[in-house]
Amino acid sequence: MDFFVLMLAIPLVSGALLTVVGERDWAPNLNIVASLGTFLAAVGLTGEIIANGPRFAFGEQFFIDSLNVFFVSLTAFVGLTTSIFSGPYMKNEREHGRLSVPRLRLYKGMYQLFMFTMLAALTTNNLGILWVAMEAATLTTVLLVSLYRTSASLEAAWKYFILCGVGIAQALFGTILLYFAAERVLGESGNALLWTHLIDVKGSLEPTIMALSFIFLLVGYGTKVGLAPLHNWLPDAHAEGPTPVSAVLSGLLLNVALYAILRCKVLADGALPNGYAGNLMIGFGLFTLLVAAFFLSRQKDVKRMFAYSSIEHMGLITFAFGMGGPIANFAGLLHMTMHSLTKSAIFFAVGHATQKTGTQLMEHIRGLIKINPLIGWGLMLGTLAILGMPPFGVFASEFMILTHAMKHFPWATPILLLALGVAFAAIFGKVQPMVFGETTAKRLPHAPAMTPVFLHLGIVLMLGLYIPPYLTRWFHEAARMLG
Amino acid sequence: MTSSIPLSAQLINLFAAVILLLGFAMLAQRRMLSLINLFALQGFCLFLATLVAAVTTGQVHLFYSAGLTLALKVLLLPWILHRLVRQLKVKREVEALINIPTTMLVGIVLVMVAFNVALPISELSHTITRGTLGIALAVVMLAFLMMITRQKAISQVVGFLSMENGLFLAATSATYGMPMVVELGIALDVLVGVIILGVFFFQIRDQFDSLDIRHMEKLKDN
Repeated sequence: MDFFVLMLAIPLVSGALLTVVGERDWAPNLNIVASLGTFLAAVGLTGEIIANGPRFAFGEQFFIDSLNVFFVSLTAFVGLTTSIFSGPYMKNEREHGRLSVPRLRLYKGMYQLFMFTMLAALTTNNLGILWVAMEAATLTTVLLVSLYRTSASLEAAWKYFILCGVGIAQALFGTILLYFAAERVLGESGNALLWTHLIDVKGSLEPTIMALSFIFLLVGYGTKVGLAPLHNWLPDAHAEGPTPVSAVLSGLLLNVALYAILRCKVLADGALPNGYAGNLMIGFGLFTLLVAAFFLSRQKDVKRMFAYSSIEHMGLITFAFGMGGPIANFAGLLHMTMHSLTKSAIFFAVGHATQKTGTQLMEHIRGLIKINPLIGWGLMLGTLAILGMPPFGVFASEFMILTHAMKHFPWATPILLLALGVAFAAIFGKVQPMVFGETTAKRLPHAPAMTPVFLHLGIVLMLGLYIPPYLTRWFHEAARMLG
Repeated sequence: MTSSIPLSAQLINLFAAVILLLGFAMLAQRRMLSLINLFALQGFCLFLATLVAAVTTGQVHLFYSAGLTLALKVLLLPWILHRLVRQLKVKREVEALINIPTTMLVGIVLVMVAFNVALPISELSHTITRGTLGIALAVVMLAFLMMITRQKAISQVVGFLSMENGLFLAATSATYGMPMVVELGIALDVLVGVIILGVFFFQIRDQFDSLDIRHMEKLKDN
């Protein structure tokens, strides 16, 4: 059986199944088993790509190479751990009366369909299908953001839909322009949106059209990445949706949107060799980093604060890819991995903490370490990791980005240091009293699943101390593909 | 000089111009049902423009594209929206955030911007429909303006769909349409999107007793 077909079929079929039977007692287990199946298929696919090199699927419509297989395995892994986390979390929400049975069904079905759309977006070779899958990823999560049906969550979901809808419409215009440029070279065949065909002729794409096209694509997909000034949907959607949804939005969806930009950047770089695309990304990245860093200190809601932290890291990653070159691309890919793992671990810990204290307001969450040391330490270590403390892996990638910036873009260094410093002060100052101090927490009917938190943090710690040589090779190869 | 332009191109330009005019009409229209009718009419003009392009060039997939536009944007979506408006009882006039004459003036400026942006690109195009690229971008911008200035959730969605019309016009005018599989995917997304929004409208109304998005401005950073 083909691993690739399995990887797309499992979430699609189980998503359909779970929308029907999602209220049964065993449904959370089915959710986990399906995610495990997807993950194993992704691992199999990764092994195949490492052994045999890039391959196509379904004619030329899907294409898997070392760049996207890396995102695929990361997505499938975080998808699996989030499904493990969401089991007890959602049961607790139901006991607290925040969620009814039909909504749990909706949650599980949409969760699997969301995984399907992201995996399809990552593996497609057709830039038109990429757009379709990105839009479908928004559609599957709109109703998840509004799952609690509170006025705040409805407002967040509405903002999410409208802003991302408008953004993605810009990306469609960019795709149309790209097709227009490609058609002049490749002719009116169905191949003119296939990335593998475009990459061969990227040097002869019309520069005027490509310049305009890349702006629309960057702004469009950038809305989903959370690039300022189009980031407004992100903190609301993260804060008001259920925590597992916040974890996958932050850890996975932002990555997938950034991946879409990277694919388009390679083409734009070919047509416009003067570094136009890279400079745009550097500008957007730095601006995003600064805006997010200064908004961090004003936050009162814990999930909102970590959502701003995601925006900050996305800005940093966009900046890294904007610099380009093997080292910066390597650092960008490494940072994407670290951010995904760390941020989802933090959201898991935060999810249980907010359930125990019954509030998302940071001033009312105190003394987590007393009632449950695992949650307290999970949150503390996760926070230290995301803030770039050694020996965690985020330190390694941030250090690489900083040193590379010092060497090639010295003017950007003070901005980077300022933003990272402000972010550190804001987040650490708020998390510290939440973990230590007198407790306000209470016992939960279902014991929290803390394994995913420490599994993620363990990997981040390991990658900070030691990156296995095959992983380094893999990162290098993916970085080289980005030019 | 008009004799040098073929009749089909003139027809397409005519339909594109009507689409743009309808964009302005939608910007000014306050009644919900009339707004949806205008949207259906815009979709119909898009259908006619695509059909003329299909007949002239003989491109098979343009016929499918035209059929898809007719089924989705002229019949199905307006029907769903009509039902929603009736069930949700939002016949009332919508109060625009900015008064209509000002909105129109802003709209005119946007159209000029759109034409200037599209000019260098449409000169590179070799299709008979290339003149309409500027119009397409203008329609997108007018729809965007409508989404910004309206207060009712449904009119924002109509604006969103009208933006999609503009994008389809752009695809037809610059490249004779996207590959079939992509157009089908886009159509599916739009349809699913409207259905999900339909569900979503009922949730909003149950929560706020209104579809006025002014109730939804509570989430702020402070």
